[in-house]
Amino acid sequence: MPNAGKLVEPDRVHRLCYTDTELFELELERIFKKTWVYAGHESQVPKSGDYWTFDIARQPMVLLRDANGKVGVFFNRCPHRGAKLCTLQGGNIGKEIRCSYHGWRFDLDGCLIAIPHDQGYEGTRLSKSDPAYSMAPAPRMASYRGFIFASLAKDGPSLVEWLGPAKVGFDDMCDRAPEGEVEVVPNCYRVIQRSNWKLFLENQMDVSHPMVVHESTGRAALDVENDIFKRTGNRPLHYHMLSAFTWPTSKWNELLLTRNYPQGHSVLGGYMALRPEDPDTLEYERLLAERVGEKRKEEILSTNIHHVIYYPVVSVQPPLQQLRAVRPISVDKTLSEIWHFRLKGAPEAIYRRALWYYNLVNSPATMVNADDLENWNRIQRALQAETPEWLSLHRNHGSDIVEGDVVSTREGLSEAPLRNQFRAWKAYMTQGAGA
Amino acid sequence: MSLAREVESLLYRQSEYLDSKAWDQYIDLFAEDGLYWMPPAPHYTTWEGQPSIFIEDRDLMTVRARRVMHPRAWSQQAEWTTNHVVSNVLIERTDDNEVHVRSRFHMMELRRDEIRHFGGMYRHDLRRTSDGLKIRLQRVDLFNSQAPYDYVLQVWV
Repeated sequence: MPNAGKLVEPDRVHRLCYTDTELFELELERIFKKTWVYAGHESQVPKSGDYWTFDIARQPMVLLRDANGKVGVFFNRCPHRGAKLCTLQGGNIGKEIRCSYHGWRFDLDGCLIAIPHDQGYEGTRLSKSDPAYSMAPAPRMASYRGFIFASLAKDGPSLVEWLGPAKVGFDDMCDRAPEGEVEVVPNCYRVIQRSNWKLFLENQMDVSHPMVVHESTGRAALDVENDIFKRTGNRPLHYHMLSAFTWPTSKWNELLLTRNYPQGHSVLGGYMALRPEDPDTLEYERLLAERVGEKRKEEILSTNIHHVIYYPVVSVQPPLQQLRAVRPISVDKTLSEIWHFRLKGAPEAIYRRALWYYNLVNSPATMVNADDLENWNRIQRALQAETPEWLSLHRNHGSDIVEGDVVSTREGLSEAPLRNQFRAWKAYMTQGAGA
Repeated sequence: MSLAREVESLLYRQSEYLDSKAWDQYIDLFAEDGLYWMPPAPHYTTWEGQPSIFIEDRDLMTVRARRVMHPRAWSQQAEWTTNHVVSNVLIERTDDNEVHVRSRFHMMELRRDEIRHFGGMYRHDLRRTSDGLKIRLQRVDLFNSQAPYDYVLQVWV
């Protein structure tokens, strides 16, 4: 197996990081089985018996709410003969869980209730009170402002420690709600990319790609936006979500600065004008000020973030209330789960505005991500070429602002977030030594 | 021409326009206020205030058409063709102004060397105009709308 520590240098990265199957298996061991992984939002499982299934490092897990209202994360299999217990993507399992193979029954907190025809275990090593014969809980689970994460590692930083200052992404999303929390819009799009999971996360923070990759959509949207303006004197806000891709590179460079943290997380500055002065926005601002006061309202609404990456598992767009969870399947195949949230207590119009972004940019008919996916797939295919061996991460290397272990960019186009993700990757991958 | 023939002719032309990438003619099948809607799942009853895979009026359709015709629409550079078959055409009801039609479709899509399949139900709410039948609302329910998408949809199904 390639030596992971030698594949990453401060300003370049070896192609094998994206293509080597053994290295991918090691990533599951050393990254995905160690870090916090996004499970789901509390509002996804509002009632007793509600569940949602997901994978951690390819292992089937289930998020489940019990009869006392407590949420748990379990390995989604029967401790008897291994059948999967909650088999749909999500749903309601009822008052208890019954295995479809031999009928073992479990409470919604995972505890074994009964084994049918309960004979023949006397004198064996199986005891019904032994937790080994209940549903096994994830070693750790924690929630931050309603967003639930689980970890397969018993030890490690707490969720809040791991989120670090990048928790501002979840804070920004929730603080924008007059009630201080969000609830999920109950629909999950699942999109598969035929490429390595890292390409997804790098792309969200790669400020030099949008004007190239999304030129076609930006141009088409601007043309039609201009036609609409001529016809009606109005520029619908959702066209701006697409036409912004026509901005000159200098503007991206000036506005889209990042802060990058040692866990691999990054916060990307906002660029879309998402605070217009129409009656809906003014009504929303009034409601927010009523709850939190004028000063706090200004603090909240002047937070200007486009995207936050929680490496290596989830990408959040706070002002548009979108979230994408990344599930690696194999070295060249990755699933993303795409969600939208509603600001509790905000007017319907504010929800509908952000819904346009979910529909136009994040749906399976996206006019934006279609060209990202195409490029990642091209990269994955072309990285089979062994020459050149290294991929460049040189832009602005050495000229970013370094304060302790936090790297901030002076130029939006700096590849600092990509270098930062590999800094974290290398730290994960070289722990446990010997590799 | 009988109403059934007229309706079928519209559905078949729509398929032909998609498969031949005649986007302008495709968009012209829709009324001025016409909508193309693909809900995320069959239980949705409205697109308003709900997520949609597609919800496009003629303006947004024009964005999509111009995008895919742009020389640097990267996803379009791969060989990409579709083949639609429409069948099981049922006129559900008619009134003075509108004809409500249900049909089934099957789309095969070739992208590079791989074939994908999409199937499901169309519901066309057609308006009678001096220019013949025009689509006021086309609802498209994919039978695999909730399955993972291996890559995404680029134009209307």
